[in-house]
Amino acid sequence: MSGNAALAEAAVLSGCTHYFGYPITPQNEITEYMARRMPGAGGVFIQSESEIAAVNMVLGASAAGARSMTSSSGPGMSLKQEGISYLVADELPAVIVNMMRGGPGMGSIAGAQSDYFQATRGGGHGDYRTVVLAPASVPELTEIVPLAFDLADKYRSPVIILGDGILGQMMEPVDFDGLVRPPDYEKSWALTGARGRPAQAIYSLIFDVKLQEEKNWKLQRKFRLIEQDEVRYETHLVDDAEMIVVAYGIGARIAKGAIKRLREEGHKVGMIRPITLWPFPMKALREMAQTVRDFFVFELSAGQMVEDVRLALEGRGRVHFYGRPGGVVPMPVELYRIISRHYCQAHPDGDRKQR
Amino acid sequence: MKTLYARPKLLKEAHFHYCPGCGHGIINRLLMEVIEELDLQGDAICVAPAGCGMLLYNYFEIDVVESAHGRGAAVATGIKRVRPQNLVFSYQGDGDLAAIGTAEGFHAANRGENITVIFVNNGVYGMTGGQMAPTTLLDQVTTTTPTGRDAGLAGHPVRICEVFAVLDGTSYLERVAVNKPAAVVKAKKAIKKAFQRQVDGAGFSLVEILSPCPVNWKMGTLEACRWVDEAMVRQFPLGVFKEVPC
Amino acid sequence: MKGSIQIDRERCKGCALCIDFCPQNCIRLSDELNLKGYFVAAFDEGMDCTACRSCALMCPDVAIAVSRS
Repeated sequence: MSGNAALAEAAVLSGCTHYFGYPITPQNEITEYMARRMPGAGGVFIQSESEIAAVNMVLGASAAGARSMTSSSGPGMSLKQEGISYLVADELPAVIVNMMRGGPGMGSIAGAQSDYFQATRGGGHGDYRTVVLAPASVPELTEIVPLAFDLADKYRSPVIILGDGILGQMMEPVDFDGLVRPPDYEKSWALTGARGRPAQAIYSLIFDVKLQEEKNWKLQRKFRLIEQDEVRYETHLVDDAEMIVVAYGIGARIAKGAIKRLREEGHKVGMIRPITLWPFPMKALREMAQTVRDFFVFELSAGQMVEDVRLALEGRGRVHFYGRPGGVVPMPVELYRIISRHYCQAHPDGDRKQR
Repeated sequence: MKTLYARPKLLKEAHFHYCPGCGHGIINRLLMEVIEELDLQGDAICVAPAGCGMLLYNYFEIDVVESAHGRGAAVATGIKRVRPQNLVFSYQGDGDLAAIGTAEGFHAANRGENITVIFVNNGVYGMTGGQMAPTTLLDQVTTTTPTGRDAGLAGHPVRICEVFAVLDGTSYLERVAVNKPAAVVKAKKAIKKAFQRQVDGAGFSLVEILSPCPVNWKMGTLEACRWVDEAMVRQFPLGVFKEVPC
Repeated sequence: MKGSIQIDRERCKGCALCIDFCPQNCIRLSDELNLKGYFVAAFDEGMDCTACRSCALMCPDVAIAVSRS
């Protein structure tokens, strides 16, 4: 199945009952899949008039207690930022999918990793974060998608699935039998009509600045909890590594290919693949920096996650970077050559083949 | 002594923040009267706007969700699609529906969502201090049309009921006013009809309510009520613009 | 039949719409200030209130209750 189709199927199997979306390449297949699948699954599909409308329909559906989702790409995600800010402030669960493409502006329709900043730094107005999950393969979607819905309900906050156009289009075998549907959460806060209970309101306007500050600290406590409990990452060949590649999503797939070649040359290179981009695996990187001096960040962008790596390392170690923005997808061999050059410059002694 | 009229039970104790003589207070009251009379308190869910109407959850004893400016019709769509058995209505001003929210309103109407939009038209942006609204009349002075609205610069006032009537998805559209007792009675009837039609599954309804804004019009309260008749109704005629039999 | 109204003076904002629309001239603007600083409307018991409810229909602050003996 393609990544787009698998993502949509995984959402339905995770209990998503309401999908609202607007066409935008490279995720149209998600919207189209939902159009076919939702009615049969007893769910609701609406092709909204814009990405703005879609995220607000998600807000309404979520306020009424449903598991609801929208999907888009960079330009559409920009339109959704207001809605995401409101979802956070209203403490409403939601899953928002960004299948990234080249940017900025209209950009290109090819897959890229151009929206890391937008996803991990709130993106909209106000002091907030959203959980950001970065799948790297089609099979991994059967874990990432239910996790997204689970975390959204658990923390009453929107979760972003940050994929890209390559993942969306690529075809891999995928087995849904292992998908674990997240449990239903009790939602007494949902608006269902004030029958047999006092009226309830969901809103974010707080004129009184002291109360607004309190609300902000309440949200921040939630974010600290998420940072404490929900960091996820994967390591690859790090035990003896003298240089660690940091890459996520499709970047990690390419980097794995490069590392295979580097290892064949005897270069001791490993990788850490963040799965949660927020919360970022700060602690894991800091621990690695106790024994490893060189970190090589690879992104399909001009350099966004590299800033989080620098933040995590707090000046320890050396940070190298290679990136290709705009939708260009380098082959593993290209990345291998660049990493190799950096590796050799970093380790001029010892027996290593020079290229 | 027999009580002929008292405060609706569905209005909370809080004092309205609206300006003296503002139509919002009348409209808020009518909505709660109708919901009480139709026994829909357990079903009603209101979507509140950005604008003077943004504090409805402080006044209404029903479930309320705040919406970002203009998005009310989309939020209402999301709620109604999850809970079609509930009475779902958005409350939107002339900026909320006729400016920033036109796409969401138009398309909720076009899809024939079985919701009601309560559209409060007072020809000006009240909350932010009296700027031009899409429904501001030609030659009307506002803080952003200090020499009067010029069609060449700022376009013509927008007639929402007339525009929405063209859409096949709309089912009931009526324009009313709350500037005098007889008009208030008619306004209440229109709201009641719209809500009853929603309960009966008739589809998209909108009640446009011409409402006085004395402070931003820089008029006395009675003068403002008169201005609705003398000036606004010329541009925004009262009456039913669509009523699909159901 | 004698009508009567009760005005919640703390809700009243002195907008005078009840006064303007009362067909019997039963209501006047008093010189008493409420806590918000508005001159409040006041009902004259001596006048011929018919309990038409025009005042309650127009009151934007829902400050008026109407009764009849």
